[in-house]
Amino acid sequence: MTSNWPLFVTLRIVRLAFLLAAVAVVAFMLAKMSPVDPVQAYLGPAIAKVGPEQQDLIAQKWGLDQPPLTQFGKWLGNVAQGDLGMSMTYNEPVVDVLAKRVRASLPLMAMAWLLSGLLGFALGVTAGAMADTWVDRIIRTYAYVLASTPTFWLAIVLLVVFSVGLAWTPVCCAAPIGVLPEDVTVLERLHHLILPLIALTVLGVAQITLHTRAKMIEIMQSDFALYARAQGASLADVAIRHGARNTALPAITVLFASLGELFGGSVLAEQVFAYPGLGRAAVQAGVSGDVPLLLAVALCLTVFVSVGNTIADILYHVVDPRIGATHDMEIRP
Amino acid sequence: MSFLRLDQVSVGFTRYDGLIRQREFRILEGLSFGVDRGELVALIGASGGGKSLLAHAIFGILPSNAVVGGRIHVDGTTLDAPLRQRYCGRRMALVPQSLSHLDPMTRCRKQIAWAGQRAGHRLNAVSIESLLARYGLDDQAANAFPHQLSGGMARRMMMAIAAVGDPDLIVADEPTSGLDGENSANVLAHLREQADCGKAVLLITHSLSEALAFADRVAVMKGGRLESIEAASDFAGGGEALRSPFARALWTALPQNAFSAGGAIC
Amino acid sequence: MTEAVETTSRASSRLRINKRMLTLAATGIGAAGIACVVAGAIVFGDFGIATDFSARLAPPSWAHWFGTDQFGHDMFARTVHGLNVSLWVGLIAATLSAFIALGLSIFATTCGQWADRLVSFLVDATMGLPHLVLLILISFALGGGTHAVIVAVAVTHWPRLTRVLRAEILQLRNADFIIVSRQLGKSWWYVGRHHFLPHLMPQMLVGLVLLFPHAILHEAGLTFIGFGLEPTKPAIGVLLADSMRYLTAGKWWLGLYPGVSLLLLVLCFDAIGNGLRLLLDPRQAQL
Repeated sequence: MTSNWPLFVTLRIVRLAFLLAAVAVVAFMLAKMSPVDPVQAYLGPAIAKVGPEQQDLIAQKWGLDQPPLTQFGKWLGNVAQGDLGMSMTYNEPVVDVLAKRVRASLPLMAMAWLLSGLLGFALGVTAGAMADTWVDRIIRTYAYVLASTPTFWLAIVLLVVFSVGLAWTPVCCAAPIGVLPEDVTVLERLHHLILPLIALTVLGVAQITLHTRAKMIEIMQSDFALYARAQGASLADVAIRHGARNTALPAITVLFASLGELFGGSVLAEQVFAYPGLGRAAVQAGVSGDVPLLLAVALCLTVFVSVGNTIADILYHVVDPRIGATHDMEIRP
Repeated sequence: MSFLRLDQVSVGFTRYDGLIRQREFRILEGLSFGVDRGELVALIGASGGGKSLLAHAIFGILPSNAVVGGRIHVDGTTLDAPLRQRYCGRRMALVPQSLSHLDPMTRCRKQIAWAGQRAGHRLNAVSIESLLARYGLDDQAANAFPHQLSGGMARRMMMAIAAVGDPDLIVADEPTSGLDGENSANVLAHLREQADCGKAVLLITHSLSEALAFADRVAVMKGGRLESIEAASDFAGGGEALRSPFARALWTALPQNAFSAGGAIC
Repeated sequence: MTEAVETTSRASSRLRINKRMLTLAATGIGAAGIACVVAGAIVFGDFGIATDFSARLAPPSWAHWFGTDQFGHDMFARTVHGLNVSLWVGLIAATLSAFIALGLSIFATTCGQWADRLVSFLVDATMGLPHLVLLILISFALGGGTHAVIVAVAVTHWPRLTRVLRAEILQLRNADFIIVSRQLGKSWWYVGRHHFLPHLMPQMLVGLVLLFPHAILHEAGLTFIGFGLEPTKPAIGVLLADSMRYLTAGKWWLGLYPGVSLLLLVLCFDAIGNGLRLLLDPRQAQL
């Protein structure tokens, strides 16, 4: 295995390419299947004022009169050249819309990802080390309940308590309303970021905590942890030196693999807080039948999430120093 | 007064018997014997008979569903949780059974240093080296991950770790399993040396033949109970001096005795 | 201790409260909770559907436990109806999902290596995608509505169970009694019906119940952002989406209670899943 890891990485990357191709095909097919007529969706109520000939003209301009396969080929060719088409809802190139939205979402998701990772790991290690004590019971209950909590509802509760009830935080958006984007200060941005961030972090913590706790319990029962205890090590000593070190890698793996969940959460949280991020763009594109934008968001996220998964996979297989060694050399007579 | 004294020690586990009823299953029952300073006592029992549980019970590292009965005395005091915390690594040390007792992700040097800290010593590079040298281990072994050590080296590494705190009692749990004759003799000779330096050594093993050359006394276990305690020197000839028939049966069943059925060893 | 030496099992039976009793008690409470929702929805009937403009946006009181909404609907009745809707949507979607998992796992284990590879790629691909994006895409493709949600949830939730069932079948196939049965000349159909099915059913059942929470949460989320159940249905997602307009005006009860109820429903299913796992396979968990 040790000598083979470049091969392993290559295989994973090939697999990733396949996955992206499959997603492109499926997403395009799904979008074409939709009963939502893009021209009608584009025109909205104004459709009454536009004659059928003009509608056909718009369809022609977008290439909707051609067979689906031709449309797909054209779209794929454009995507390969970095042209994701025009967004109908925002009347802007999709690339520009994406760039703007990613810029808004990235800090939120990156911070939530890091914070939930750190917090979840700390809680998981603590709970696992003190398994079956009241500390563990509290942490476990917290994680179980959160894992069953609807993301958007938690966001609603936060909104009701902190924005409406206490008025500590703004009710919506990424910046104060009526302020030009270039005039918004970092502090104002953070102020608007904090509630979505808390909602996402608090929920992301549950997964990592439960996973780390399970792994931690396994390690605290392992021979080397018990041997450390027999050497007179305190619980904290064993938990940090053996437990945390050995659970760190699995926790990081889970963290990378949980990017999909994180994005799912951010779609819902952005919806509640009217935060103009990628998730809200996806919802907007779906509601208004903006196929180019919807496809672009789907592809962009697939890249993002599958790269995360691939990193998790590679980490899992490559980093462990034992791989390639005969680990179990105990021969029982 | 023995340094380590076991008084009616038993070990069992609570298990689910059916859906929700729990029962206790005893594995070890009523073990009573002692180990003096300067003495090496071998505890002999069949593989898988639960001998290791006794070592784990002494050091308090049994799983949470285990139930320990009886009393364990060390240096005349009953061993309880706080005393155990004080004694482990300093006054008593364990030589565990397998390589899996070393942390797979940490280099051996660091694990020795940690064991030192746990025993209250700050070890520098020089003291680690001299300690390892006593067990025939070099710098390369110190910098290795556990899985990179050979079976014999790993065992000596664990003996070195046990010796870090200069304990008065050493419990060695199957220290020769999986080793060839030469490596086994090497490990047992180290343990004998410790006993000769005035430490109490408890050797837990399934191999009577290996233990006899190094032990002073032999505690023979059968079915989770202590059958008898014999002097190692009584395992001689046809075993006439042995107190229990079971010990005699074990002795005569050894391959070297089968060859000399006429009692050539006198 | 495999070679157990005539274990002196002076077995002292003790019947004090242990973890398993708590698990089973939780299962009972969960089942009771779900039964209450179903019964409640029947009992309430049209109550809560009818508008009553005399009691609009009333805070919680004895008459209206969860308050009323902008049309004077009793929120408690609407919440119970919403949970009931979630329950049925979840049930249908999870069942479909479980059958997809069963079909794919049988396909993967019986149709050669290429089939196995294909299924494993599908599993990885589906797990690798952000669920919500896939849900939005599918729902968009089907034009929204109840059937779209059911299909969307069903085709996104099978991978985990597929993996479990695949492993189970592979293990069974090499089990001695299967091999013997085949050697005795029994057809695969016979072996499948008499040996595989009884072993797979418990796994299916537990997997199905554990699918519920995910299905229900995703259904609610999808509905909340407008891709799910019709706005006319009293689904929890709809109730919460509606509440958004009134939250800033301080009508907190519109947002709080439906969400708490949904959380409790999900926890009920979790408890039932854990209990079932214990009941169907008590050996596995020597806790």
